[in-house]
Amino acid sequence: MNVQGWTFAIVGLTFALYIAIAMWSKARSTGEFYVAGKGVHPIANGMATAADWMSAASFISMAGLISFLGYDGSVYLMGWTGGYVLLALLLAPYLRKFGKFTVPDFVGDRYESQVARVVAVFCAVFVSFTYVAGQMRGVGVVFSRFLQVDIDAGVFIGMGIVFFYAVLGGMKGITYTQVAQYCVLIFAYLVPAIFISILMTGNPVPQLGFGAAEVGTTTPLLDKLDGLHAELGFAPYTDGSKAMLDVFCITAALMVGTAGLPHVIVRFYTVPRVRDARSSAGWALLFIALLYTTAPAVAVFARANLLNTVSEQPYAELPDWFRQWEATSLIRFDDRNGDGLVQYVGDPERNELEIDRDIMVLANPEIAGLPDWVVGLVAAGGLAAALSTAAGLLLVVSSAVSHDLLKRALAPGISERAELISARVAAAVAVGVAGYLGVNPPDYVAAVVAFAFGLAASSFFPAILLGIFSKRMNREGAVAGMVTGIGFTTAYIVYFKFVAPEANTPDRWWFGISPEGIGALGMVVNFVVATVVSRLFPPPSQAVQRLIEDIRIPRGAGEAHEISA
Amino acid sequence: MKSRRDYWIQNVRIVTGLLIVWFVVSYGLGILLVEPLNRVRLPGSGFKLGFWFAQQGSIYVFVGLILAYVGRMNRLDREYGVAEDEEPAAGDDPREPGA
Repeated sequence: MNVQGWTFAIVGLTFALYIAIAMWSKARSTGEFYVAGKGVHPIANGMATAADWMSAASFISMAGLISFLGYDGSVYLMGWTGGYVLLALLLAPYLRKFGKFTVPDFVGDRYESQVARVVAVFCAVFVSFTYVAGQMRGVGVVFSRFLQVDIDAGVFIGMGIVFFYAVLGGMKGITYTQVAQYCVLIFAYLVPAIFISILMTGNPVPQLGFGAAEVGTTTPLLDKLDGLHAELGFAPYTDGSKAMLDVFCITAALMVGTAGLPHVIVRFYTVPRVRDARSSAGWALLFIALLYTTAPAVAVFARANLLNTVSEQPYAELPDWFRQWEATSLIRFDDRNGDGLVQYVGDPERNELEIDRDIMVLANPEIAGLPDWVVGLVAAGGLAAALSTAAGLLLVVSSAVSHDLLKRALAPGISERAELISARVAAAVAVGVAGYLGVNPPDYVAAVVAFAFGLAASSFFPAILLGIFSKRMNREGAVAGMVTGIGFTTAYIVYFKFVAPEANTPDRWWFGISPEGIGALGMVVNFVVATVVSRLFPPPSQAVQRLIEDIRIPRGAGEAHEISA
Repeated sequence: MKSRRDYWIQNVRIVTGLLIVWFVVSYGLGILLVEPLNRVRLPGSGFKLGFWFAQQGSIYVFVGLILAYVGRMNRLDREYGVAEDEEPAAGDDPREPGA
């Protein structure tokens, strides 16, 4: 069988598995639809959280980004894992004890404010759609390259699968499908990494292999890469070129943003007990760390392999994978000096090769000459990552609309049956919108994703944290903090990304902080404003004081905290 | 039974301690001190130490921190008699609409 045959077989098999799981775990109540009846085992929830969190960006793009950024790529590695420490220690157990369904639920009840609730709903929906657009692009790339189908058709197939298990199964269907998807994606990520690590360094553990020397030499691989970079005029791989303050702020924004993302937080509502919420975060990070510690190794192997394969080689003799990616125009070669050789160098005047960062993980097995079935496996893994995240996000949109907006704000008297129907309808509409975004992707996906993190960091995280750890924090403080935090972050990002993109250079940024990192400052603004404003108004009501007392302790009956109107 | 207030103070103390480690390893060793640390190699490998902390070490420490947190909080819960397995399961969530 060739690459395409293997890809069809493996992708088809995994899709059949997801559908079978969805049929087995259909949701019958709103409790099952929103939070899987709160009966998910912490290890299963950890896997589901890991699959939910690790998107097409983690699976397909991250190692490629690191491969081109070197040390600077650390912001993604630390940012997207360190956030789980914040989540596990500061948010997850208390939100589980609070025990409702969504993030807007907590914000609305804790601050006794419909305004705060609606602001939270808006943020949750915006953040989720932003993210979904990125997932659909990932699905499109995989389908167009490996299955030779039209990108649009690929997106429709993907949306069809998600529609099936998200609309039917709700959180219950999604959770158990995500467990399967985690297994597929981690297997697909590790197998080629281990193969390549053995081929290049003789060490089967990629995490150790990329610190070792190449087979037959004594120079460490990283030193060799630094040397090659210096020769070709790129920044040294292990040093990076971003300003330290910027690296600091981007890492902080990504960490806090991770802890504030509604589709991740809501996963901790699905376990039976508070202690399960704690351990579940530990399992989730362990499962995520498996991929995240492998990614920098994949990045180094891919970079070294790429430079060895293409640099100063005759264009006419380049291998087959090069031409196939060229056909998707994700690799572009322009022989400027007409010598028939590929000059891939740091100087933009002389460089002849443009490589899209998104293809590195997908092309890596082919670059290293691995067997065809591995290539097919990687395609299935990329799809699993994209679909699992898309489903989790769509559920957030659906519950925000049917539960937070309809049931809690607009039509409180709605029956459980009607709410469940409206949740399914909202999920179906959300799938449709996501499909549209996949077929007509906004060309500013990357810019908007930075926006999603900045928004989550500067809005949800401080509001929830203060809601748990400060009894003095009141409605006025929280709303003022959220509004100024979001306003500040939005203004900065919109100015540099959309109003004056030509001014988006380090010397024009405040203190050299890029739009990607500004969420960290937005969060500080939120904290300061919220604290100051809260002191000008009376403390929250007795009922809210009791609610806070209650969520701080794992045990204890909790009927007293049904306080919203 | 010891007081809820003491439980909360202990809880905050545990979390603060772990977050100090979290900050020192990621922002300290991985970012602020990366240059001096890069002059040293991780023993037995080709990794520059600062680079290793930024791309590997910090992540291992993060996992360890959550595990330490789970262990210490479970112990604290039992010490203060607030662990959930000491109550009937039915009282866990009376507001569950689907149940």
